[in-house]
Amino acid sequence: MSTFVAVVLLVLLAAACGALLGFAAIHFKVESDPVVEQIDAILPQTQCGQCGYPGCRPYAEAIANGDEINKCPPGGEAGVKALADLLGKDIVPLDESLEEAAPTVAYIREDECIGCTKCIQACPVDAILGAPKLMHTVIVDECTGCDLCVAPCPVDCIDMIPISDKGWSWPEPAQRIPVQQVV
Amino acid sequence: MNRGNDIIFHSSYQIHGGIHPPENKAQSNQSPIQDLPIPPQLVYPLLHNDRPLTPTVEVGERVLAGQIIADGKEATSANLHAGTSGIVSAIEEHSLPHPSSDKGQCLVITADGADEWAPRSALKSAFEQPREALLEHINQAGIAGLGGAVFPSHIKLASQVETLIVNAAECEPYITCDDRLMREQASELITAIELVLYLASAKQCVIGIEDNKPEAIAALEEAIQLRKKETDLDIRIGVVPTRYPSGGEKQLIELLTGQQVPQNQRPSALGLLVHNVATLYAIYQAIVLGQPLISRVVTLTGDAATKPGNYRVRLGTPINWLLEQTDTQPYERCVMGGPMMGFELKDLSAPVVKATNCIIAAGKNELSEPSQALACIRCGECADACPASLLPQQLYWFSRAKDFEKTRDYNLFDCIECGACAWVCPSHIPLVQYYRFAKTEIRAQDEEKRKADAARKRHEFRTMRLERDKKERAERHKKAAEKRKNAAQSKGEVDEKKATVADAIARARAKKKAAKDSSS
Amino acid sequence: MFNSSPHQRASNSVSNVMLQVVYAAIPGAAALFYFFGWGVIFNLITCISFCLVSEALTLKLRSQPTAAALKDNSALVTAILLGLALPPLAPWWVAAIGSIFAIVFAKQLYGGMGYNPFNPAMCGYVLLLISFPVAMTAWLPPAPLAEQSASFTDSLSLFLTGRDLDGYYLDTYRYNADGFTMATPLDQLKTGYSMGFMNDELLSHPVFTDFAGVGWQWVNLAFLLGGIYLLARKIISWHIPVSMLIAMAVVSALMSLYDSGQTIGPIMHCFSGATMLGAFFIATDPVSASTTTKGRLIFGAGIGIFVVVIRNYGGYPDAVAFAVLLMNMAAPLIDHFTQPKVYGSPSKTPEVHD
Repeated sequence: MSTFVAVVLLVLLAAACGALLGFAAIHFKVESDPVVEQIDAILPQTQCGQCGYPGCRPYAEAIANGDEINKCPPGGEAGVKALADLLGKDIVPLDESLEEAAPTVAYIREDECIGCTKCIQACPVDAILGAPKLMHTVIVDECTGCDLCVAPCPVDCIDMIPISDKGWSWPEPAQRIPVQQVV
Repeated sequence: MNRGNDIIFHSSYQIHGGIHPPENKAQSNQSPIQDLPIPPQLVYPLLHNDRPLTPTVEVGERVLAGQIIADGKEATSANLHAGTSGIVSAIEEHSLPHPSSDKGQCLVITADGADEWAPRSALKSAFEQPREALLEHINQAGIAGLGGAVFPSHIKLASQVETLIVNAAECEPYITCDDRLMREQASELITAIELVLYLASAKQCVIGIEDNKPEAIAALEEAIQLRKKETDLDIRIGVVPTRYPSGGEKQLIELLTGQQVPQNQRPSALGLLVHNVATLYAIYQAIVLGQPLISRVVTLTGDAATKPGNYRVRLGTPINWLLEQTDTQPYERCVMGGPMMGFELKDLSAPVVKATNCIIAAGKNELSEPSQALACIRCGECADACPASLLPQQLYWFSRAKDFEKTRDYNLFDCIECGACAWVCPSHIPLVQYYRFAKTEIRAQDEEKRKADAARKRHEFRTMRLERDKKERAERHKKAAEKRKNAAQSKGEVDEKKATVADAIARARAKKKAAKDSSS
Repeated sequence: MFNSSPHQRASNSVSNVMLQVVYAAIPGAAALFYFFGWGVIFNLITCISFCLVSEALTLKLRSQPTAAALKDNSALVTAILLGLALPPLAPWWVAAIGSIFAIVFAKQLYGGMGYNPFNPAMCGYVLLLISFPVAMTAWLPPAPLAEQSASFTDSLSLFLTGRDLDGYYLDTYRYNADGFTMATPLDQLKTGYSMGFMNDELLSHPVFTDFAGVGWQWVNLAFLLGGIYLLARKIISWHIPVSMLIAMAVVSALMSLYDSGQTIGPIMHCFSGATMLGAFFIATDPVSASTTTKGRLIFGAGIGIFVVVIRNYGGYPDAVAFAVLLMNMAAPLIDHFTQPKVYGSPSKTPEVHD
């Protein structure tokens, strides 16, 4: 008899807990972006293809499918860290074959441009304006600095210029009490 | 708002927090405002609120006092006028009056000593002019908030409000330029108030002033009474207790009306318009005297100042010249603005600009040395002092950990950087600098994110466009092929005979080929 | 190097705040000394020396500047609070172990001043209470009740060796005039209740003359005096002590209404044991307490409730240390949910993320 009671109790308890969990799963569900979206949000969207994929989103998909997280030089160490945090992976140094570089923008030396439109076709974000046989120019605000336009240019008239300082801003206060040297 | 018939009322509303730093106003508010001589060279930073201005004159050109020398493309910039007659001698890099002490593009005028004025255009019978004309006049005169924010006044004045609040609190220690202006130019200020009331279609005006300026209160009361005899005016003086930062725009509004400006909104949300005393005086000068904003009253004070007081200074006057003219002794540090919110000047060749309300030439031990910060002990003094009811200790914690999302959650952007928290901090933590640092970092991150989003959108659009083009091309090719086929078919019916012949030839060829293959 | 505004500061400093706490503890320490003798002083001296030395050594190990950190006086305050909480004439190593644990484990291992989630002095105290319950509950009778009081040399000998100069153990000194072993009033009550005695019988004991126990009531009043000094100097805010005392009074009054025979009354609660020391000196430790205004009220009330509950139902006679540590744990959560309404914000309750 007591065994029976115990079994019934346990079954009831299990049912109650199950119902509670089911209820929680539906009513307290945390809406979250699919992981690809979250990864894509971290990637810098330079669309430079240095990772070996044609753009940031394909790389995001590849990461979601298990590719390494250290192939994005524009994102830099900070990007790797953010990805590692998101995916619960270890922080790995940036792939040795790739280099983290300071942000740049493309600049077309306009008097040398022959108007071949090759750079326009190469630009992943449509940041170059121009028409055949007419001089081209870069919309600085839209340029991601991916340097994909540099190689196609037949007359080498495109330079990548480091983005000048964002202007002065308040520096972070010194954190540690400096150790005083007693001479 | 308490509606008595008296001109003066004492507000009973309170703000959260606030502090009582030593006032140090007596050094500079004893003597009348004096004119400072015009320096041999005037320097004008081609910047307004950190946004560039474009010069409208050439190097070598002769300019007259009051002539526009630079203007801004953006809505938040204001015109710049020559302070005296002379030659534009250069547009060059020069020290800026900025916390960074960086150099920037400045326009330099070498004065010719004649102080010859461009024709002044006072607006006659201003109250009969359309509002637009007055606003344009103020815009042309380059008037911006002289309390320190230097937001162009004509934009603020364009909104229609119920009540004008005149910010006469001058709560920062040391500064007395508004105090002296009110004592000496009370009736001019009342005229300016009437003009602004007309401009903003406001019905009433409250002058918010701290109770440590009894002379200014008396002068204003007298001026209001005089004017009331002539016309019906609703101008009252709201006296608030002396407590820093009662002169913060939002704090003064709460002190006078008991209402809080909703987060991320302007006072106009409450039907209020707030203007500083010095700005009102500039509006008076522009409309009644036809004089653009080329000078302002600057408080010179500090232990090293031998002749502390208030000086009417032409904008562009190098600060070291101001100090020389007033025989200021060697100083320990020099601060532009008040001790609570001002910044230290490293290079004193920087000029007086529209935002310069005070120069403190501090003597030894007058200002606190930045000492070693200790760890935060979470004593909560800062939270008690914060006029925005923030939790500075938590903001500090998160700013320091660079957990910027959290600082945003804890309303970092409601911080007015008044410095009350850092003033009371027993650990001497430079709290305000942490908040400024966090704010700039967050803004940079937001900008980065905005750029990334824009790049993503453009890339997605491009991918979509390329695909669409490809599809369209394929479609076109298909259509063309079909067309050719159709054309061929329709042609085919006509040339059936020809086709039969061709067919026959082909068959014969095939046979021949097959025979050849089998034989070999 | 950029000096951000403000360029002036109020003249307060952490070291001064801590020093004021030390000054405020003087009346309480004096009262303890008057009623319990030299042991109090020995405890204080031992705690101070061990705390300062272990603070200096750990800072050295962590390659942090030693002198600047010692000057903030925070280790001194920890030492004094611990020293005042220990039973007089407990062996010297009790004070030493407590001090080392408080500074090294409860404070420096968490990152030093400002980073410790728990009150270091109470961590040290609780460690001792759990590890050496006998030594930690062996309080001497207050001077007026003691049959014989230990002289300075006897006390020193007891403190260092566990025996006085004549070779007697500490227990000798714990008999009162009637020949009973003395305990603190709270201990007395606890033991009494467990043996089935009622309040009427227990409170007739000579220990309970006056309103809250001989000696102890004066000790508590002396700490209250120090607390009022701290309030007047604005070193602490009123929220935590007041809400703690009110919570204790209310909860114990309700419990007395329910069962007047075997519960400790409100006055006894408030003026006995470590209540006043806890309310004004320990619970108000800013680092480990809640920092918002509302949060402080909740924090203090929580301590008050825990003290009453643990004193009545727990295994130890006093409960301030446990209550403080329990609420220390809850402080970050309380802070999170009691953020003040920011100027101009529409809702009273701030949004909660994550």
